Parts: sequence; structure tokens; C-alpha cells
Amino acid sequence: MTEMICAGFGGQGVLTAGMLLIHAGMKQGNNVIFYPSYGSEMRGGTANCAIKISEKKIASPVIRQADIVFTMNAPAIDKFESILKPGGLLLVNSSLVDENRTYRDDIRVIKAPVTDIAGELGNPRGANIAMIGVLAASTDLFDPEFLLAQINDYFEAKGKKVPANEACFRKGMETAQ
Amino acid sequence: MAKQLIKGNTAVAEAALRAGLEGYFGYPITPQTELLEHLSARMPELGRPFVQAESELGAINMVYGAACTGKRVMTSSSSPGVSLMMEGLSYIAGTEVPMVLVDVVRGGPGLGNIAPAQGDYNQIVHGGGHGDYHMIVLAPASVQEAVDLTALAFDLAEKYRTITCIMMDGSIGQMMEPAELPPMQPLRTEIPDWAVRGAKNGDKRVLTSINLDPPAQEVMNLRLMKRWQEIEANEVRYKGYFLEDAEYVVVGFGTAGRIALSAVRAAREEGIKIGLLRPITVAPFPIDVLDELTEKVKAFLVVEMNAGQMFEDVRLVVRGRKPVEFFGRMGGVVPFPDEVLTEIHRLVGTPQTTEGSPRDRWLARLAETIG
Repeated sequence: MTEMICAGFGGQGVLTAGMLLIHAGMKQGNNVIFYPSYGSEMRGGTANCAIKISEKKIASPVIRQADIVFTMNAPAIDKFESILKPGGLLLVNSSLVDENRTYRDDIRVIKAPVTDIAGELGNPRGANIAMIGVLAASTDLFDPEFLLAQINDYFEAKGKKVPANEACFRKGMETAQ
Repeated sequence: MAKQLIKGNTAVAEAALRAGLEGYFGYPITPQTELLEHLSARMPELGRPFVQAESELGAINMVYGAACTGKRVMTSSSSPGVSLMMEGLSYIAGTEVPMVLVDVVRGGPGLGNIAPAQGDYNQIVHGGGHGDYHMIVLAPASVQEAVDLTALAFDLAEKYRTITCIMMDGSIGQMMEPAELPPMQPLRTEIPDWAVRGAKNGDKRVLTSINLDPPAQEVMNLRLMKRWQEIEANEVRYKGYFLEDAEYVVVGFGTAGRIALSAVRAAREEGIKIGLLRPITVAPFPIDVLDELTEKVKAFLVVEMNAGQMFEDVRLVVRGRKPVEFFGRMGGVVPFPDEVLTEIHRLVGTPQTTEGSPRDRWLARLAETIG
């Protein structure tokens, strides 16, 4: 079972990132669950969701200790770095986080300037997709090509084809390698 | 049909629609609003009435009126909104017309918060509205179970001319899981013979909850209680996990039951012979299975997201024959499986007693944790 938090500013697409990951998880035959923070969030405020992807049935929907914390800004790191398991993975958006920031020494930290990547590729709302690319390259959760195909399917099913997402995803992967 | 990722609230709304929902009346409140939102789009598409009322009082009384016509009707709300509906629910129970209520329970008392909780158990299971009546209360623990119980809720309400409540908590309402939705059912064509639909060329019918003659009212009370006995005999539903060889049993419903299952699985991996009883109908309560377990096991642990409300119903069945300990989190705090596992270790590792107050013991432990 992989337990993961996605967190960032409202509008950075962290809930969408969580949705895309469980969509792909379901499509590869896993059990999945998505539990959003809800209600009092506002644009520019913080947003987060907890997701679980598991070969076994998922009982508890809540996460005490995460395997992966997928963050899009500094407040998300403040809030969720501490719940990572020792050896867990922290994804950091280095476009928006001080490069001198220090982290726990018992976790793996991967930094990628995903906001800049998305901006440079002309898809400013694709920073979350770039971070999913980073995730794909730094874990064995998904076959990256399968994940990318699921992302495209997800948006196409909603009638929103975004060709620039693929560029963001691949650039994210490249940055992480 | 293939499974789709769907939010609990949306899933219940769509399942109700597909079960032949003919009228919805409600008012928005977090964490229930997506249910109303979904129906606000889907009901008009199908030419069925959807009304966002001026308040929960308006909504429940619209349901009352619509239910009297024999149509398949529902409302939904969350704890403070359900409190506002209590007068109407009692009238509906007193008029013996069927309806479905969905309560997506949040932290309280008062305005409280919007986090998941189970503090409405007593209000929903043991009354809330005035007078002697019972509702059938279904407590799903997953999005799929919420979907499956929705059609059942209507069938039971109509079979027994009663209110069925789907009592879930904010996390079931808000989380997304893969779920398979049932196919669209045609609307019912038969009209119940008690329904009030205009008396042109027909017999006059009256549906009301007023009965000024006490002996006549008592006859009606007796009819309601006999009906409840029938429900108790026929409609108990629960799910047992690892009960065959269990020496200890955790009892929990809804999300608390689901979290407890994680802890029970972990304890099983340690070799502890423990099982889980998860009531699906909290009313009627699964008395018989609990009574049988009482004869077999060493002790029980009740886990809830409240201060021990179902706990009292468990104790009524166990009647002091075995220790019944309690663990709960309140006010919208969702327990973690490891907290429940710690309680399981305490239950198994220390001598248990039927003396004293398990609630006092739990409160003392909790006070140490949360100050």
C-alpha cells in the first residue's frame, strides 16, 4: 500500500493530481481511495488530499504516516514533512521554495522547478502534471507511459484535451532523473 | 457496469435517482452539499422535481407533503440541519408515510465543524423527534456500500411505511472510491392504497399525525411498535470479520468500523484472536449476533467517533456478562488505526473488569492524550 499526501495552494491542482493518480491506480487494477480536505478552503489558501493505492483492500481512509508527500509550495512542506515515514519521499517545487531550506535527514527529497517548467512550456496550469512526471521518474508506482496515457484519458473524458500536459510530464520526468 | 471513481455524496444522489427517486427537497450544508448539487442537475434532466427549500424546516415539510402522495421522496442534510428537521420527522413517523433521510454527520454539538463524526447516533437511532417512533438506520462504511444501501433504504421505507435514514459521516460523503452504480430503474407505476392524490370519484382518505383521542392514539402506537418488532425480526444487517475463532471482538459502525478493521487486521498479524462486528443496520440493532458472541468471547471493545453512544446499546445486549471497553474520538477528530490497535493491546494485555465505568476509564486516558 502506498499512502500519499498531495498539498499546495488552492488552484495549483493538488486535488486534480490526487485524482489523476488514483484514476491511474484504479485503471492498473489497484484499490484506491481519495480523501480531500474540504469545506473551508479558498483560492490561494491551502488544499490537500490523502490518497491510498493498494493491491489489498483499503480499510482506514486516514493517513498517519505517508510514504510520499507531494508538495507544491512551502506551507505544504511545513505541514506535511513531519508525517513522512523514515525513508519516505518528499517532492518539492523548487520554483517556490527557498533553495537553502533544510529537510529531515531520514527522508528522500527531490526538488524540481515545476512552476517554471510549466510556465516555460506555455502551460502554467500544468505544474501539477510536471510534478506527477517527477513522481513517475522517482518511484516505481506506475509505468510512466501508462500513467501519461491515463492522464490524457482523464482530461479527454472531461472534454479537455491538453497537449501541453505531455510536455510538462516529460520535462518533469527529465528533471527528476 | 464498470466501476467508476465517485464521491460518496454524489454516489448516493445518483443511486437514489436510479432507484426511482421522484422528488427531492433539501437545503445545502457541508459536508453533504454535493448530494444536493448532483440532484439539482440530474432531477430536472429527468423531469423530476428538485426543490432547494428556504430552510431545512421547509425541506422536511415538503418531503412530508410529497410522501403523502405515495411518491418516492428523500431529503439530505448534515447534523445541525437534521436537528432542524426533527419536528417534521416526528410528524412523518406519526403519519406513517415512507421517506428516506440522509444524514452526513459532522462534528458537534452546536454548529461544531464540518469534519466527520458519529455524534448523531442517539438522535437518529433513539429518537430525536418527539413521541414513540423508530427509524430504520443504515450505516455504510464505504462509497459502494452507501450506493447499495440507497435502493434498500427506499424499499424498506415503503415496505414498512417508515422513515429510513442513511447515516454516514463526512468522510464517507467526501471521499472518492471506485464504485459500481446500479442500472437506472423505471419509476414505480403502482400507487399505494393509502396515498392521498385527490378524491375525485373515490373514497375520502386522511393522512395526519393528529389523534386527539388517547385510546385511539394508543392503538396507533401499538401498530407502530408491532411494525418495529417485525423490522427487528427481519431487517437486521451486519458484517462480521474474523469472528469464527475470535476471543475478543471490536464493535464499530461506519467509518469507525472501517478504521477498526485496519487495527483488527494488524492485531491478527500479531496473532491476537480478535474480530470485528460492524453493524450495517444500527437500528434495528444486531442484538442476536452480539448475544451469541457474548457467550463466546472474553471481552469487547466498542470504537466510535463520539462519546460512546452505540456503546450503550452494546452494553444493553451484553448485560454485564463480559467486559465492554470503549474508545472514541469526538468533535470531528477521526481516530487512526494505531490508536485502536493500542486499545486492542490494552484490552488483550491487561485484566478486564465488568466493574466501574468504562467511559470514565476512557475519558481519563483521553484527557492524558489531548489535555
